[in-house]
Amino acid sequence: MEALHETKLKQLELKANQIRQDLIKMLLEAGSGHSAGPLGMADIFTALYFHVLKHDPKHAEWPARDRLVLSNGHICPIRYVAMAHAGYFPISELKTLRKLGTRLQGHPHRTSLPGLETTSGPLGSGLSQASGIALAFKMDNLPNRVYCAMSDGEHDAGQTWEAVMFAAKYKLNNLVGIIDRNNIQIDGYTEDIMPLDDLKNKYESFNWHVLEIDGHNIREFVDACAKAETIHEKPTVIIARTIPGKGVDFMENKFEWHGKPPNKEEADIALRELRTLQGQIEASHID
Amino acid sequence: MNPNLYLVKDILKPEQKATRDGYGDGLVLAGEKNKNVVVLCADLTESTRSLAFQKKFPERFVELGVAEQNLASVAAGMALAGKIPFISSYATFSPGRNNEQIRTTICYNQANVKIAGAHAGISVGPDGATHQALEDIGLTRMMPNMTVIVPCDYEEAKKATLAAAELVGPVYLRFTREKSAIVTTNDTPFKIGRAEVLKDGKDVVIFGCGALIYNAIKVALELEKERISVAVVNVHTIKPLDKDTILKYAHNTRAVVSVEEHQIYGGLGSAIAELLAKEMPVPMEFIGVDDSFGESGKPEELVEKYGMGVESIKKAVRKVLSRK
Repeated sequence: MEALHETKLKQLELKANQIRQDLIKMLLEAGSGHSAGPLGMADIFTALYFHVLKHDPKHAEWPARDRLVLSNGHICPIRYVAMAHAGYFPISELKTLRKLGTRLQGHPHRTSLPGLETTSGPLGSGLSQASGIALAFKMDNLPNRVYCAMSDGEHDAGQTWEAVMFAAKYKLNNLVGIIDRNNIQIDGYTEDIMPLDDLKNKYESFNWHVLEIDGHNIREFVDACAKAETIHEKPTVIIARTIPGKGVDFMENKFEWHGKPPNKEEADIALRELRTLQGQIEASHID
Repeated sequence: MNPNLYLVKDILKPEQKATRDGYGDGLVLAGEKNKNVVVLCADLTESTRSLAFQKKFPERFVELGVAEQNLASVAAGMALAGKIPFISSYATFSPGRNNEQIRTTICYNQANVKIAGAHAGISVGPDGATHQALEDIGLTRMMPNMTVIVPCDYEEAKKATLAAAELVGPVYLRFTREKSAIVTTNDTPFKIGRAEVLKDGKDVVIFGCGALIYNAIKVALELEKERISVAVVNVHTIKPLDKDTILKYAHNTRAVVSVEEHQIYGGLGSAIAELLAKEMPVPMEFIGVDDSFGESGKPEELVEKYGMGVESIKKAVRKVLSRK
């Protein structure tokens, strides 16, 4: 993975901001969908599509590509926007989200849109699929890396832990789990619904290498992905502490925003805030 | 008996072997033919007959422990990376316990995974109802993109396994634990989606699948003595259903009996009834388990008690004839 220079970092931060703005517009147009999770993962998806992943948006099925598996399918709006910005399909197509005949299904469907890698939505099965892909690559001695984005809430599901054990057993060092540790799920705060802490110790005791980062610090995320490439004999999980709704003040840390889109008025406020942030990013990092 | 099918010569004195053994031998053959074939198992390697493959191709065998949900989705991932995974477990667990994973990560995902459900049917015997899968045909045939195959004997199980490896797309293969009559031979043709007419007849037709096909043959041969002409059709592929053959025999006989070791609700009989209701309504009787769980017992005792023995089938034939 190439080094992340300051100029590139600033580009990525601006890109994440643009992606957040397009996300708000897209959710407003769709009239349904999830807001908080996608906003919270905007920095990581930007880093993945614009720095970390080996991929070719013009050849989505390029065999040598890295695989990004999205396990918590409901945050697919962020993947769709990031993919559109990366060049997989026109940005104008984002307006079709969740509408009849769209390639941008409410939860991602692999065969609808090239580049999605898997079908997901029902929680807890992404890490299994990612592990299967990673094991097949190892059987064939292929160097491709597999990234699996997961929610914290889906760690309630037993299948997640079946996959955690499996990946450790087969020493899938080509697999990187990325947990969106935003502490919310539909019914409330994760620690009230079904306590998950100490997630780091849990993963370590299952024989994974664990890295904890600030999920809004693109440099920390990129460094963690680079570090994971140096870990042999074990899969790596990056526990990314994120703020659900990040970038939009009235959505931040509110589980009420897990599963609904903004209305027109709310979207206007959100976009205004994001444009202010955009100005701040542009003014920062001045050499 | 149909001479074009090269069935065993002395059909009333057949050799016995379990269909799961056909799966095990078929897996090894499939593995020899195609290096992308991999086998995944959830702690039931010997009894699902995946052991021979494991011994021959250890680098292509994956053990997941008691984790059927993971079994289905790991296989989906491997299929997306170009492998042809067969997943072996008992049918109550796979496609039972992991039904949603099969729905989303295999069928909707169009992953090229083959699901082998062993120990299906009431003939599992002493293990009791928890291990007697009677709903698996229904569970799998409802899913878009799925092919559903119930081999009738050891030879057919072997061929079905090989054919499943060559078909691109999700396949459910149903196998039984007990030894059962081998009625077909290595030369008997097998094609996914094509029902085979084992015995012709003009008064009534029995559409069957799985090892109970042998009971159907016995019934047909015994009723010949009473001058009742019974056709027996082996409908090994429940999805896609061979509509032409089924409609042809329903038309010729105007009396249909379905025979399967499964709940009457949702299985082969239901699939046929759905077709006939639409295209050619004729009297029909259903042999299968009538909306109940099984229990412990000897396989043959259970088959009798739950209404799938020779006498039960004869009774159904007489009843359907009376309704003509």
